[in-house]
Amino acid sequence: MNQNYSTVAQRSSSAIATNKVLRSTYMLLSLTLLFSCLTAALSMFMNMPPMTYMISVIGGMVIAMFVLPRFANSTAGIGIVFLITGMLGFGLGPILSMYASLPNGGNIITLSLGGTGAIFMGLSAYALATRKDFSFLGGFLMVGFLLVLLAALANIFLQIPAMSLMISAVVIMIMSGFILYDTSRIIQGGETNYVLATIGLYMTIFNIFISLLQILGIMGNDD
Amino acid sequence: MDWMEIVSALALVMFIIFLIPATRDMMRNSSKGSSEDWMGFVIPIVVVVLFVMLLVKLV
Repeated sequence: MNQNYSTVAQRSSSAIATNKVLRSTYMLLSLTLLFSCLTAALSMFMNMPPMTYMISVIGGMVIAMFVLPRFANSTAGIGIVFLITGMLGFGLGPILSMYASLPNGGNIITLSLGGTGAIFMGLSAYALATRKDFSFLGGFLMVGFLLVLLAALANIFLQIPAMSLMISAVVIMIMSGFILYDTSRIIQGGETNYVLATIGLYMTIFNIFISLLQILGIMGNDD
Repeated sequence: MDWMEIVSALALVMFIIFLIPATRDMMRNSSKGSSEDWMGFVIPIVVVVLFVMLLVKLV
């Protein structure tokens, strides 16, 4: 009898811990997305040059890969997450300015934003509701991501627009898989650090948005 | 080829090199999914693809 109570107590404390990580992750994700929007607006207002995007993305990725893991367990980690997301948002400014200058640019940006939100919320709701374990996807998604990076590298030299479109489409599919994988990891207790969970989900949202902008930008100007 | 493309290419190469050990590690440690697990992944992805096609129609 005492063993049953102990098991039930352990299960409920584990569920409480998981819910806490989930809540903290989504709260921090919302705040960082908002902060990104502010820095993107600032960048558009300042008319930053196109190379800002490349500098911001490279800088943000370097900080995310080498600095954030060292501070992920301290409060400094939250500051670093805001720094990374602020940089990425600032880099988006010139991209958004470029799309806004297109004939139906406002439509493209709005649909990309709405589409990204719908994809993220839909997939997150699916992972949360079904509570399926998507850990089997880890290797598959990483290999897919590597192949996409190789294709992107090749396309820098080949400059084929159709290949660019294909890369964006595959990125959306892979990032959608990562949303399922990351959310499932939090639910199953594989990820207990909400700072790292937040930056993972933020990067998937960022990549989906950029890829949607590219697809809708190309397809929208085909007429 | 301008300098921005060269820097982008270099950054991508560095990123790929950084990701290779993590990818190898994940492939070794990932569990095997059943056909039911894979269907649980494929169906939402197909829905996402159809949704993106709808967005393209709306532009």
